[in-house]
Amino acid sequence: MPKIRSAIELEECRSQILAGRDPAKPGIAVCAGIGCLASANDGLVKAFEAEVKRQGLETAVDIRATGCHGFCEKGPTTVIYPEEICYVEVSPADVPEIVSQTVLGKKVLERLLYADPRTGEKATRQSQIPFYSRQKRLLLGNSTRIDPRSIDDYLAVGGYAALSKALFAMSAEQVLAEIKKANLRGRGGGGFPAGAKWETARNAPGDEKYVIVNAHEGELGAFMDRALFTGNPHLVLEGLIIGAYAIGSHQGFIYTRHDNPRLKENIDLALAQAEEYGFLGENILGSGFDFKVEVHFDVGIFVSGESSALMRSIEGKIPEPRAKYIRTSVRGIWDKPSNLNNVETWANVPQIVSRGSEWYCGIGTARSKGTKLVSLSGNVVNTGVAEVPFGTTIREIVYDIGGGIPNGKKLKAVHFGGPMGGAIPESLVDTPLDFDELAKLGAAIGAGSMLVLDEDSRMVDIVRYFLNFLSEESCGKCVPCREGIRQLLKVVTRVSEGRGRKGDMELMEEIAEVAGAASLCALGKAASGPLLSTLRYFRDECEALIRQP
Amino acid sequence: MDSTRIAEIIEKHGAKPASLIQVLLEIQHENHWLPREALHEVSRRLDVPFSKVLQITSFYKTFRLVPPGRHCVEVCTGSSCHVRGATRLLEELQDLIRIGSGGTDPGSPFSLETGACLGCCNLAPDVIVDGKHQGRMTPALVREAVESCK
Repeated sequence: MPKIRSAIELEECRSQILAGRDPAKPGIAVCAGIGCLASANDGLVKAFEAEVKRQGLETAVDIRATGCHGFCEKGPTTVIYPEEICYVEVSPADVPEIVSQTVLGKKVLERLLYADPRTGEKATRQSQIPFYSRQKRLLLGNSTRIDPRSIDDYLAVGGYAALSKALFAMSAEQVLAEIKKANLRGRGGGGFPAGAKWETARNAPGDEKYVIVNAHEGELGAFMDRALFTGNPHLVLEGLIIGAYAIGSHQGFIYTRHDNPRLKENIDLALAQAEEYGFLGENILGSGFDFKVEVHFDVGIFVSGESSALMRSIEGKIPEPRAKYIRTSVRGIWDKPSNLNNVETWANVPQIVSRGSEWYCGIGTARSKGTKLVSLSGNVVNTGVAEVPFGTTIREIVYDIGGGIPNGKKLKAVHFGGPMGGAIPESLVDTPLDFDELAKLGAAIGAGSMLVLDEDSRMVDIVRYFLNFLSEESCGKCVPCREGIRQLLKVVTRVSEGRGRKGDMELMEEIAEVAGAASLCALGKAASGPLLSTLRYFRDECEALIRQP
Repeated sequence: MDSTRIAEIIEKHGAKPASLIQVLLEIQHENHWLPREALHEVSRRLDVPFSKVLQITSFYKTFRLVPPGRHCVEVCTGSSCHVRGATRLLEELQDLIRIGSGGTDPGSPFSLETGACLGCCNLAPDVIVDGKHQGRMTPALVREAVESCK
């Protein structure tokens, strides 16, 4: 493949790819997301490949091992094209029948369709399943159409057109202005406006600047970034290259998990293909813009997801965070201006550039624009990754998309943001998904994990669990975090075991206040989040534990 | 692991202090753990003090300074697995294998590790035995899985 050297050549290349494809050709899109791979232990894709080969259909049928389809609860899922028939809980034993009956015979196998547990109604297509029909899948919508190992698949759905537009039809300042107008807010936890951060890095003194994809995803119960990045790596990469152009950076870093082999393979392959096609390297698409990317791995510590700590880790050092008055967008990796955004934030960039900020601002609420990926887990019927517009109520997410609480139990609380987040009680589930609305309630949205808790859950135990996790993950650099969490855990453990003492409530609040005010980074500052929300909404429950003899 | 292979890995990442974590990770990936001689070799070639190498390898939880057991059992202790009973599984395993979490024992064929979050919340509680996910586990199923390894 010769490098693409202009916007026209890119469109020619795209036309060629599309011309070589027959929309009526049968295709099998097997979910190879982390949950589906694990539930079939990689056997399903192999079974399809073997069966297609056995029937001599290699050229007649396409098999795509795609990224996560999102409906992990009913995994492994498979979509048969061109009819878009969606099968759930497919096992390798079903494969011969699917190939002969559905792919060749065009017959629908009723037993593999999703059946609504409430009505018994069967759904033939993804869009008829309530889990999907309530979503707005702008980032995930192509997941069944793309083999993450094929850049041609990404080009076939319009990939890299936004990059071409940014490089040839827009100045760097215009790209930046568009991101600012779109009010794209960071999806990693803080909700900080990405445009403002980009501008700081752009205006910071120095020629050498860096852009970073934070794909650490350490938040417990969060698995949407992995799903998106593994399933559509070029989308994130395209966003990153556009960002680099706007900021004036020529070196990017991807910081990701080491424990997910497929994610690693897909990123490496995407980078190699992007370079081969001329989307990375020198003189990208003939525009004169140079940019390259290096991949680094987290080696198993939660705190290395914090921006300044992550940058130390990239330098090959211990991931100890730094005080916030020095902004990483001014002094980051090797003290050079470094702009860090998480996977989902970068993935939003191409659509804002290609469809414009006005379109983007039409989705969401007044101050939270666009869609948000959420990972549903815990006591919920449908565990999985969903994408909803901001403004969708928590009730809709838990009941309509999540299918409610299993075993006829009642909902007690929904916990957002993992160890540094907070929970809202059942009485507040009509709150819309919105950065500011949820922060006001003491349950910051975080990266997007939603842990659903049923009536049997004891909130104090959840707090204890998160504090226990953080006490092992604190880097230990600053005393308020290291000792504060340890002492909080001690008191919370005592309370949860029914050995609470008079004054423990006040003591917990006092420690939480000091650790929150004096810790260096968000890990210590927000460590008491789950505790404070429990004291706010479930105070009686804690007091009852202390009053016990 | 011989020193020529270590040299090759270092060559790939560049013989500079900033490559330390990448190099250690790749050595462990091939060798399953980090022997002390390998650490000395890395320290010398990257020009990083040995104390710094030890600081990095003991701080990051992924690095193993002792060889793992023949069979590796990993329990996800993420929030969803926790809510659905991972603690009971871990207790059962500690009882069965008789080593604490994160540990190996020269007398045991097992290593017991915990991780959070492994991202397979649909399988919660999830246990990984020798690389194979075994989802929606119960203490009885854990016992069976361990017995079948012996």
